[in-house]
Formats: sequence, structure tokens, C-alpha cells
Amino acid sequence: MKVALFITCLTDTFYPRTGIAVVKVLEKLGCEVAFPEAQTCCGQPMWNNGHHHEARELAKRMAEVFEPYDHVVTPSGSCAAMIRDYYGEMFEDEPAWRKRATALSDKTFEFVEFLVNVLDVDLRKHGVKWDGQATYHYSCHLRGIGITDEAVRVMKQIEGLEYKPLEKAEQCCGFGGTFAMKYPQISGTMVRDKVSCIKATQAPTVISNDAGCTMNISGSCRREKVDVNFKSLAEIIAEGMGLM
Amino acid sequence: MSDTLFPKLPYKLKQRADEATVNIQLQQFVNHATYSKDVARKQAMGGAFGENTDAVRDLAGQIKQHTLDHLDHYLEQFIDNATATGVQVHFARDGEQANQIAVAIAEANKCRLCVKSKSMVTEETHLLPALEAVGCETVETDLGEFILQLDNDAPSHIVTPMIHKDRTAVARAFQRELGAEYTEDAEALAQIARKHLREKYRKADLGISGGNFLVAETGSVVLCTNEGNGRFCTTAPRIHVAFVGIEKLVPRLEHLGVMLKVLARSSTGQPLTCYTHTITGPKREHEHDGPEEVHVVLVDNGRTDVLHEDTREMLRCIRCGACLNSCPVYRKIGGHSYGAVYSGPIGAILTPMLKGLENYTDLPHASSLCGACYEACPVKINIPKYLIQLRRDMVQNHLSGTGDRVTMRLWGESLQHEWSYRIGGWMQKTFARMQAKFGGTLETDDPYASRGWLTWAPGPVKGWTQERDMPTPTAKSFRHWWRKEHGR
Repeated sequence: MKVALFITCLTDTFYPRTGIAVVKVLEKLGCEVAFPEAQTCCGQPMWNNGHHHEARELAKRMAEVFEPYDHVVTPSGSCAAMIRDYYGEMFEDEPAWRKRATALSDKTFEFVEFLVNVLDVDLRKHGVKWDGQATYHYSCHLRGIGITDEAVRVMKQIEGLEYKPLEKAEQCCGFGGTFAMKYPQISGTMVRDKVSCIKATQAPTVISNDAGCTMNISGSCRREKVDVNFKSLAEIIAEGMGLM
Repeated sequence: MSDTLFPKLPYKLKQRADEATVNIQLQQFVNHATYSKDVARKQAMGGAFGENTDAVRDLAGQIKQHTLDHLDHYLEQFIDNATATGVQVHFARDGEQANQIAVAIAEANKCRLCVKSKSMVTEETHLLPALEAVGCETVETDLGEFILQLDNDAPSHIVTPMIHKDRTAVARAFQRELGAEYTEDAEALAQIARKHLREKYRKADLGISGGNFLVAETGSVVLCTNEGNGRFCTTAPRIHVAFVGIEKLVPRLEHLGVMLKVLARSSTGQPLTCYTHTITGPKREHEHDGPEEVHVVLVDNGRTDVLHEDTREMLRCIRCGACLNSCPVYRKIGGHSYGAVYSGPIGAILTPMLKGLENYTDLPHASSLCGACYEACPVKINIPKYLIQLRRDMVQNHLSGTGDRVTMRLWGESLQHEWSYRIGGWMQKTFARMQAKFGGTLETDDPYASRGWLTWAPGPVKGWTQERDMPTPTAKSFRHWWRKEHGR
């Protein structure tokens, strides 16, 4: 299966190891991975802040860049949700672009979603082994793409990984893009709530699959002196397969 | 009190919100109560409807949407059928007119004491001060509202008005205002309230209520309460006046079968509220109880502006409060921070629509767009979508700052080209890592994992580092790895 990777700007710059893991795991599972280098950003910051002209221009670019591929995989629920939820709506008055943009919506998947719902992978058959306790942060935009417990199910297929459930798992960590900077005190109170739930699990590792959430929660953990590691599920799987 | 829900406009949320985040009591009460209500809602909805939960929400949403799409037709039907049962129906363009109607009824009947059950519309119109002004004493009978009235405080939640207070506040209010002995025993407190309120019901000559639903087919007003006070207010006094927003209509009685089920489950996690009261006309000749006169005041107060096709969905709201309970922002800042009658996610979209976007520019932005509200909403109002739509309207109407526009334009433009994207990434990385190196936090092992931390940053990132540390980019990007591995 041919797959194009949409790395997203945050993962590209802040969490390249996640991207590397995605490529290695997908290749191991038999996919042929391409990385169209012309890709930049899905336009979410502009769209969410109401700057819809700018967002549309970026969406057009995305539609063009990924047009040649059958599947697009991205290690971010947030960017996947942007493409899936809003790319149709943003071209209501431009039917030709609407068609091209929704074609991208239809073939874009978040990485874990792609593993479970498209590749139908059972990690137990691949002998994935990763020793340690970990809790999992459910990022909000997974809601937007209809993902619920897929990641937890995948975690439970990994030998040696002891999953520690997180209280208030479905409560937002307070990132929200520019929200974290525009309303720092509200956002700060939200993330400290998340950090105290993480601390209560006593797990040394937090699995977090959205770069924005990871930046926010890990930054708060460091400020609050809660000593935990952050990894994406892609990294855990890649490590568990002996690829990294 | 009036300042809390009717602040000076334009309203800025930040000050109250920031105060709320450091108010330990509020953090404890609101955070805890909303979270447990949210859990109860999920259990109640999931327990009753299982995998059909989504379909039930769809159905409830469609019932409301259909009614709104044909609101003129159903309003006419309601007016005809209610009038036929002997109800006097009034129409109020705005809050002031609604209050004038109620005051005129009170004056014509020489009403001296009014008992009132919970109603958000009367909060909107600020009804009680208008009645007090013409010498009609008013008593809130919903327990929460009763305490707030004693404390001269304002409701902070659509369903649980005193969610920002606890039992000790009730004990203090009863001791101070009713001369009761101080007790924190819930049952004893309820008895004090009961004794006080029973006396008021007996003497009252005017009862005011809201309405959870209006049934067009029968001309009925439907009231859902848990304390039974609504039934007292609407049956004991000689005159009953119901204030109801025009969007509360449903076409037929059978639709209540869906709406009542989702309302109680979504607001309190109950299968049904303890009392569901269907009022169809005043007391009939052979009946012992009930008011001699029933008035329904249909309140517009800005709703027909929201009825525009682009925003009509917002009027589906049945005021269950599920979006407030599920909202991580509401949990942290409480209802008063929204500076309006309707708080939480629904308030953040409804208030700017009803009171002017230019007056509430903070509200649509003070959200992380997490989508918990949309998932909780029993009538499927896509609140995040409308938050974004209002943000768009602000940009289009030049209500967002010039700095914001310039930043987004430049940022958007830089992402239009691979070269400028790369330069932007490189600058971000270089400056952040330099600062982290200077601060002594830079790791230097794996180039794709090594990072440093900023504890202070300038400009727009200052807000971030005020609350938490900021990770720097890694030494090398993913793009770098790809080129290295795939040879270019």
C-alpha cells in the first residue's frame, strides 16, 4: 500500500522522532511511504482564528501536494480533524476546489486510526514488546474524527506495556493553539489539572500523540516538577519492534 | 448583582476569568460538580440508549431544527390552541416589553406577592426588579435561586444556579436573612427553606415560571423541575405568568417522548425530572386547584436575529447545561466570568448573537475548541463550528486587532512556500535553542530528540511561558532525516 506522510509543522520541528517512527512502522507493516517535501501546514491556526482566506489558500496547497497519493497518514489527530471536518465547508462557494479538498479529507487518517481501521493491524502478531508502565493522553481532536479507545486497544496489544488509565482522560489539556497564549491563566489552570491526573497514575511514561498537547503538558510537567517521559505511540511501537 | 450578568459593555472576560482561576473555592466546587455531572450524563445517556445514543441526539436535534425551520407556523398554531384553552398569549419583542406585560398583569390584579420558579428568560429580561419596583414582593422558590436571592448574588449555571457555592453559604444565608439556627445538615436546611417557602406559596397572588417546552398541538407549557416548587408556583397563586423564549416550541406532545428523555439525562443524569408538569389552560370549572388566569409571554429578545439560516442551529438549545458541565474552560472560570445570563460554551456563541459581537469579542476566543460541548449536546449544536464562525465574523468586521491580522497574513504567506517554511522553522529553532543553551537546559545527544527548555519568552509566547515551560525544537527536523535517509 502506498502512503504519503503529512508530518505537520509541529511534529516536523519539535518531534521528528515521532515522524521517523511512523515511517519505520509503516514500512515494517509493508507500506511504501512517500514524503512530499512541498507540504507545509494544513491551515488550522488561520482557520481556528477566523482568518479564513489564509486558511483556504493553505488548504488548496495541501490538496495539490497530496493529490497523487491514495492514502495520507499524519501523526496528529488535530491536523487530521482540520482536514476532515473543515476542508469541505471552507470551499462552499468553489465547487471545483471543494471536490479536490474533500478528496483529501476522504483519504486522510491519523496514524493510530490508520493502523486500526485501515491496515487492521494486530500488534500481537508482530511480537511487539515494550517494557514499562505508561498512561495515555486522549487528545481532543480525536473526537472530531470519531476515534475513541483505538490507541488504548493498540497499547494493550503490546507485550510488557502496563497501561495506567488517566482520570479525566477526556478533559482538554488546555493547549488549543493560540488559546494557550491568548488566555494563559485559563490554559495554565487546565494543564495543571491534567498534570495532577498524570502524577496520580505514577506512570513514568505518558503516551501523547498530538505534538501540541505534548508541548503543553510536558512544559507544565517540567514547571511543576513532575518527572515523566513523553512518547508518541508510534515511537513505542517502533521501539517495541526493535526499529529504533 | 445586576453587574454580574449585565456588566458594562464592551465586556472583557479576562479579569474575572483570571480571578476565578485563583479562587480556590470556585476551583473546588465548580470543577468537581461539573465533572461528576458530566460523568452522570454519560452514564445516563449510554445506559438508556447504548449504541443508539447518537441517533437519539440526532432525532432530538431534528425535532428542534424542524420546528425552527417552520417557527412561524408552529407559533401560530401554539397561539391558537393555547388561546382556545383560555390562556392569554402575549408576544414581547424584547426584555423590556416582556417585563411591562408582566408588570401590567400584576398591577391590574393588585398582586402583592409573587412566587417564582426557575427561569433563565426572566434572568434575561431582569424581571424581578421590575415587579419589585411596582410594590410586588418577589420570592425565588428554586432552592438555588432562593439562596442567591438572599445573598444578592447571580446564577452562574443554567441548571445549577449556585454551583459556585456550597452548603456553608446556605447555612450562613439562612442564619443571616431568616434568623435560623446555623446548621450544615442538608435535611435541616431543606426544612428551613420549606417552612419559609410554604408560607409564601399560601399568601402569593402571582406565580411566575419559565417553560422548558411549548407544545404547539395542544397549547401547553411544559415545566420540568426536581423540587416541586414549579408546581406550587403555577397552581397556588390566582395568576400564573409563564415567560418562555419563542424557540422552546415542539410541534406535538409525542415529541416530548424524545425531548424529556434527553433533557433530564443530559442535565442531571436522571431518567426524568422528579416533576414534569404540563399546563394546558387555567383552572376549569370543576377543578379545585389551579390559577384563574394563565398568561404566556412569548419572548423574542434577539432570538429572531439568531433565526438566520447561518446561526439557526444555536436556537435548538434546550438549556440542559450539558455543555457547561463538559467544558474544561467553564470548569475553571465558572459562569460569572462570561458576563452574561448564558455562560459556558452555549453562552459563548449565544451571548454575542443576542447582545452584539462587538460587546463580547472575548467569548468566542476563550475556548480551546476541544469539542467536548458538541459531543455532550443532546440536540447536536455544533458549538465549536460556531465559535470559529464568530471568530471569522470578527475578522471580517474588523473587530480583531490589526496586529492579529498582520501576523496571520504573514504567517499564512510564509507557509505558502517550502523555502519560507524552512527558513521560518530554522529561525525558530536557532533562536529558541540559543536561548535554551544560554539557560543551560539544552541536551545534545540524539539530534532528532534533543531539546532545551525556555522558562521565559518574548512577544506572543510570553503567555505560554508565564504558565509552563516551552520546549525548543530538536537539533534536526524530520525533513532533515528524510533527506538523509532517502538521499537527496
